[in-house]
Amino acid sequence: MSETTNQAFAEHAIALTLNGQSRQLNVQPWSTLLDVLREQLDLVGTKKGCDHGQCGACTVLRDGKRVNACLTLAVMCDGAELTTIEGLADGDTLHPMQQSFIKHDAFQCGYCTPGQICSAVGLANEGRAQTADQIKELMSGNLCRCGAYTNILAAVEEALPQSAAKASAVSEGGIDA
Amino acid sequence: MNPFHYSKPVDVSQAISLAGAASRFIAGGTNLLDLMKENIARPEHLIDITGLPLKDVRETASGGLLIGAMVSNADLAWHPLVEQRYPLLSQAILAGASPQLRNMASTGGNLLQRTRCYYFYDSAVPCNKREPGSGCPAKDGLNRIHAILGASEDCVATHPSDMCVALAALDAVVHVEGRGGKRTIEFADFHRLPEDAPQRDNQLADDELITAIELPPQGFVAHSHYLKIRDRASYAFALVSVAAALELDGDIIRDVRLALGGVAHKPWRDKAVEQSLIGQPVSRENFVAAAEAILRDAKPLEHNAFKVKLAQRAIVRALSDAATGGKA
Amino acid sequence: MNAKINPPGYVSPVGQPLDRVDGHLKVTGQARYAGEYPQAGLLFGSVVSSNIACGRVLRIDASRALQVKGVVAVIDHTNRPHVASYDKDYEDADSAEGSPFRPLYNDRVLYSGQPLALVVADTLELARHAGSLVRIEYETDAHQTDLMAAQGNAHTAPAETPKPRGDFETAFTQAAITVDACYSTPNEHHNPMEPHASTVMYQDDGSLEIHDKTQGTQNCQDYLHKVFGLEKDKIRVLAAFVGGAFGSGLRPQYQLPLAVMAALHLKRSVRVTLTRQQMFTFGYRPHTLQRLRLGATADGRLLAVGHDVIGQTSRFEDFTEHVVEWSGMLYQCDNVQLTYKLAPLDVYTPLDMRAPGATSGMVGLECALDELAYATGVDPVKLRAINFADRNGNEDKPYSSKELLACYEQGADRFGWSQRNSEPRSMRQGRQLVGWGMAGGVWEAMQMKASAKARIDASGKLTVSSATTDIGTGTYTVMTQIAAEAAGMTPQDVTFVLGDSSLPTAPLQGGSFTVSSVGTAVQQACRALRAKLLDAVRMAHPEFAVVDMEEVGFGDGCLHIRGQRFSYADIVRASSHETLEVQVDAEPDEKREGYSTATHSAVFVEVLVDEDLGTVRVNRVVSAVAAGRVVNPKTARSQILGGVVWGISQAMHEETQNDQHLGRFMNHSLAEYHIPVNADIGDIDVMFVEENDDIVNELGSKGVGEIGIVGVASAIANAVYHATGKRVRDFPITLDKVL
Repeated sequence: MSETTNQAFAEHAIALTLNGQSRQLNVQPWSTLLDVLREQLDLVGTKKGCDHGQCGACTVLRDGKRVNACLTLAVMCDGAELTTIEGLADGDTLHPMQQSFIKHDAFQCGYCTPGQICSAVGLANEGRAQTADQIKELMSGNLCRCGAYTNILAAVEEALPQSAAKASAVSEGGIDA
Repeated sequence: MNPFHYSKPVDVSQAISLAGAASRFIAGGTNLLDLMKENIARPEHLIDITGLPLKDVRETASGGLLIGAMVSNADLAWHPLVEQRYPLLSQAILAGASPQLRNMASTGGNLLQRTRCYYFYDSAVPCNKREPGSGCPAKDGLNRIHAILGASEDCVATHPSDMCVALAALDAVVHVEGRGGKRTIEFADFHRLPEDAPQRDNQLADDELITAIELPPQGFVAHSHYLKIRDRASYAFALVSVAAALELDGDIIRDVRLALGGVAHKPWRDKAVEQSLIGQPVSRENFVAAAEAILRDAKPLEHNAFKVKLAQRAIVRALSDAATGGKA
Repeated sequence: MNAKINPPGYVSPVGQPLDRVDGHLKVTGQARYAGEYPQAGLLFGSVVSSNIACGRVLRIDASRALQVKGVVAVIDHTNRPHVASYDKDYEDADSAEGSPFRPLYNDRVLYSGQPLALVVADTLELARHAGSLVRIEYETDAHQTDLMAAQGNAHTAPAETPKPRGDFETAFTQAAITVDACYSTPNEHHNPMEPHASTVMYQDDGSLEIHDKTQGTQNCQDYLHKVFGLEKDKIRVLAAFVGGAFGSGLRPQYQLPLAVMAALHLKRSVRVTLTRQQMFTFGYRPHTLQRLRLGATADGRLLAVGHDVIGQTSRFEDFTEHVVEWSGMLYQCDNVQLTYKLAPLDVYTPLDMRAPGATSGMVGLECALDELAYATGVDPVKLRAINFADRNGNEDKPYSSKELLACYEQGADRFGWSQRNSEPRSMRQGRQLVGWGMAGGVWEAMQMKASAKARIDASGKLTVSSATTDIGTGTYTVMTQIAAEAAGMTPQDVTFVLGDSSLPTAPLQGGSFTVSSVGTAVQQACRALRAKLLDAVRMAHPEFAVVDMEEVGFGDGCLHIRGQRFSYADIVRASSHETLEVQVDAEPDEKREGYSTATHSAVFVEVLVDEDLGTVRVNRVVSAVAAGRVVNPKTARSQILGGVVWGISQAMHEETQNDQHLGRFMNHSLAEYHIPVNADIGDIDVMFVEENDDIVNELGSKGVGEIGIVGVASAIANAVYHATGKRVRDFPITLDKVL
């Protein structure tokens, strides 16, 4: 095996905050964040729908911003603060966005749902969506093959103010992140 | 994906010194990883440039903006100075990709996006851009999304970026740095037409890194519009897009910029046509004449003839909307 | 039925908009799908696919792949485990006629994208990388993948299309008004968000526990039993959650046998997950070419209906669907001629996809009806009402119920149809042309045999189970409601278990027959459980030994008898058993036989068309549905919403494009195979029209998974015509066709 290949398979130590907990991980350069979450950490709530940034099922929050985990190398997450669907609820209390998705039946098969919810929380953090049309446009990075868009819009519309308030409270240190 | 080794330099000179023919810089990774997963890009070494100090947007002495190559697409689109002074750029960025991808993708990386041609993306079939000399099945194949201007026998691919269309219209300048030093490249010269070397999308050398994009002071704040036409309402590449900007004196055109996306291997501008509009009044007839002139040399393929008509109408629409202040 | 025992204000759980019982698991990321079960030492398989459409494999060179550290095996047709030799062993519950595809069977290449090898490695990344190092040499034969070019070679489909009735040719020739038009629908791939995956857990005793993405756990179990010669009790197939399927899981897909081959070959646990690109390498909705000929009186009464369809199929199987039947049953017409042919191509066999057949065939019929409306000058809603049929002419049977006229009326009213100016191009809104169009929809209301088990424990909790699945349709939830009503309990005390081949037999989940089939079994099992509870009370309380069932009430989790109440928990505790349990096998009631059963809909659509740019926006949809009793209006509405989105997708977006020179689908990604995004979807208003049906099944419920899509694409095309005066007959209606 060539030297390049040996280097390529060498593991890199990274440190990050994952769902509020500090984690030290050893990852190979070619592992995506998505595969590390799903295969190494058994956090399978983050879904793989296309593996190419074309569906949004893998959406997670990186430093509060929504990103596609499938196009993120884990090795490039050293020092990042990550939140996945598993980290949104506060113990048994669901995040308002999760609650709203249940209330409005904003999913069917549930496979795009974690990505939709993380994306909606990211949307709230951005503070850029005021109207239904803006929500629809800014939620268009998440495909739903079951066609639950009408209910996703209703769920996001209702939970957006509460989620945004929660986000600003966190950023101001008002809530323990 | 091929295995590769990874390093993360802390400054530009270190990054450049690591670069070579088998290396690639990685920032957002939104296109590069996509290509690596399909074995289209097979770097042996990835140089992570997210640690480089290229994340600022600052005003230049001349009153323009210097945008660090590592500024994310989302941050750029929503940067107060960009929203205020270059609404065309802001609109174009927000018309592209998805919110997630815009959070990840960098300004420099956006310029280096590769075509979305089906054949380029499928390593089971020939493609001159992917494997020089293997052939171009798109030319006589499924070419509804392909180029109508500036294509060659070897390649009919289009450039997929929206942001670049606005940057072309705004006469941006690309700042690059390599082992030979720094240089600037006019935006119009940055991307290439395919000719007989479609594997090369742009003028960058292997060791050169985009460090910044400079915008001249003229941002066409009052009269600009980015119009993107695509197969669905969002999250799709342009069939045709138009960046239109006007400087008006009453209804007389003092300056005009027109750049097209989705029609060629690079953002398409025709300065002669722009020149012909200067001094003319804003009128549908003048816009139609300009639109027809830009497309005069269009060479449509079997499935994309509609793009000629669509581009002409889109130009007229974008110019008209720009003239009325960018509002429909 | 329990009104006399239940407290005042009791409302049956059936008919309530209950939140999904699996909602919490889905919004917290705790719901695990087929490719998400971990196991120490699990191996990962990566599929290597063919680049050519037709020919033979000369050589598979896996040497470079095998040199990669961590690669455990490369399996191909030369070294796979033994598999069955006869076609019948590869057949499954949704097989097409012919010779089913056999993965890694021999050196024949039957279509581009065919799996030719499986690389198995310690990690996903290694397997994928090594897969790219496998070199395959081919002997290439000429291929044909173009239906247009091959239509001359079409043969009559081996399907029982209704016999011609009356004299179509004469009636059509002599009709005052005729429409003769051709339509086409493209190939479409299901593309559920979850790619197909199978995790095969190899057990110490050699048995297999398999998490598979499927719409039929027992279908997969049976398939593996026959193909690999394994005893059924050595194979357990599980599917607790399925990330969408829409038909893609009706047949065992190739990742399943490949994963099993690897597990048997290596005696280890293996997972195979397909890539998104590979989701374009098996079944799909087939391309159809259609000709519609309608003859009518000047005032719009149908005299002749002719519907001729050519669909594509593979060289190895004749895939058929109900594509022309609808034209002989939706409207009253005495002279009907329906033909259906298939053209074999060098492609994979098509596969049922949401409302298979109806989604395609109704495009032709309902667009042609609109053309007839314009030819006769009769309003499209009125034209359909004039030709309403209360008997299914194909079968010459009355419908068990058909509230289609109410769908027309109430849908039109909700939409504001009376304000429509029928003249094309007559309505505008700023720059946009406004178009209003409508169409009708129909789907069969079938029922299959199904079984269910009901078990109640000493804490009064009821567990009901059946081997069915929940592909997002809400099965967990609606079965909970049906069981709660039948057992006289609250849904909170009921758990429904599904997705396990070891549970009581259930049919494939598809065709909108799950509520009807499994729901009936669940209802009957819970009713039988009541009898068992009464028996237990009789045993424990001799004073009730001769009490009649009619004297007993069941509600609130209690048995009520002569003023006394016994909680189910107490009854179980007092019995000599830990639980009381009953299993039933349900089948369609004989009284169905004299009737035709179907769901219906009327779909109204508003489009906005930017004529300069050709862009079409579906701004507003009203879908009025008659589907019998609605078990859960919340989840049922979601089914219809989803169906409408699918219809929009069919009308405007979906098309898998084949490069005929290469014989290969090329837009094999979610970036280029377009389905709608959130921004594409306007207002969708779903209404359920009241429809009472005591023939279809005891629940009176018909199922709503398919009806939502049927007719939507035609309504959109008809609206585009109304807006622009342009009749687009080749789907999808992309902007280049409107420009």
